[in-house]
Amino acid sequence: MGIIKKIKRNFALTFKRIFKRGKIRRIGIYGPPNAGKTTLANRIVRDFTGDAIGSVSDIPHETRRAHRREGVTITSNGSAITLDIVDTPGLATKIDFQDFMAKGLSEDESRRRAKEATEGVIEAVRWLDDLEGIILVMDATEDPFTQVNVTVIGNMEARKLPLLIAANKIDLEESAPSHIKSAFPQHPMVPISALTGDNIDLLYEQIAEHFG
Amino acid sequence: MNKLQSISGDWMEGIQMDLISKEKLSRLTTVEKVRMILDGVEKGKIIVLESGLSPSEESRLIEATMAKISPGEFAGIEIESYPGDMRQSWVDKLLKKPTIRPRLTVIGPADQLKTLKRDSDVISALVSAR
Repeated sequence: MGIIKKIKRNFALTFKRIFKRGKIRRIGIYGPPNAGKTTLANRIVRDFTGDAIGSVSDIPHETRRAHRREGVTITSNGSAITLDIVDTPGLATKIDFQDFMAKGLSEDESRRRAKEATEGVIEAVRWLDDLEGIILVMDATEDPFTQVNVTVIGNMEARKLPLLIAANKIDLEESAPSHIKSAFPQHPMVPISALTGDNIDLLYEQIAEHFG
Repeated sequence: MNKLQSISGDWMEGIQMDLISKEKLSRLTTVEKVRMILDGVEKGKIIVLESGLSPSEESRLIEATMAKISPGEFAGIEIESYPGDMRQSWVDKLLKKPTIRPRLTVIGPADQLKTLKRDSDVISALVSAR
C-alpha cells in the first residue's frame, strides 16, 4: 500500500474512532491462571449490577469458558462508562493434569479439567480479536515477566488498543506491584486487591479514563 | 534424552537444540513457523529463534499448543522471550505501523525447560533430560 493511501486510511480510522465514542466497548479481563480475574470480574459486576459473573477457586483453571456480561455501567467521579465485560479463562502455554491431582482432584477429574482448560485457553486467545480493550490482571506476588503477560501486552500494542494493568493481591504481604510497574512502564497500572476491594475506586477511575 | 550423531561423526547423548536464523524465519509463514516449533518441541528439542515471533504469531502458537496437549503425553511448551522492542522511527509513527519488533525466543517442552530468572534483557533457564 502506498504512503498516501496509508495516511488516508489512518485519517479515516481516527474519524471513525471519534464518532464511535458513544458505542459500548467490549473489554476483556485477561491474565494467567489464578491471578484473580474472576474475583475482579465479580467485584466489578457486583458493585454496579449487584450480580456475579463466575465461580472462583484456589485450583487453577476454575474458569474454563469465557463469560460475557453486557452493559455494565461503571460510574466514577461523576462520569459513567458502559462496558461489556468478558471474563476469560487463564492463559497458559502448558497444562499438566498432574498439577490438578496435586491439588486434591481425582485422576479422572484432573484429566477432564485439563482438557477443558486447553479449550478455555483457545477460547481466550480467540476472544482477543473481538475486544476493544483489556484489563490485564497480574498477581503482584509473582514474577511479572511471564510469556502470557508479554503476549497479551504485545497483541494490544500491535493493535493499538487500550490496556490497563491491575496488579492484584496487594492484600498479601509479599506483593510487590512496583515490580510490575518497572517491568511494563509504558502502561498504566493500578495496585488493587480484588478480594478485599483495596484501591478498587482508583481502578474504576482508570477504567473510565482509559476505556471512555 | 536422544542419541545423536554430530557432523564430525561422533555419537553423543544429549538434548538437541535448533537455532533458527532471522533469515530462515522471515521466509516462513505463521503456519509454517508454528508447525516447525511444535514438531521440534514434541521430539524433545529446544528451539531458539533469532528474531522471535510477532505477538499474533505467539497467540497462534499458544492456540496450536493447546490443541496438541494430551494428558500424560504432552503437557505443552515453555516459551521465553524478551518483551518486544518498542523503538519506532518517524516513518513508523506517520504510517502508524505496529512497532513491536520481536526478539530472541527460546521454546522447549514444558517438562524439560524451566525458567530460572528473566528480566527485560536476560533469560536464565534450566534444560533437563526427560
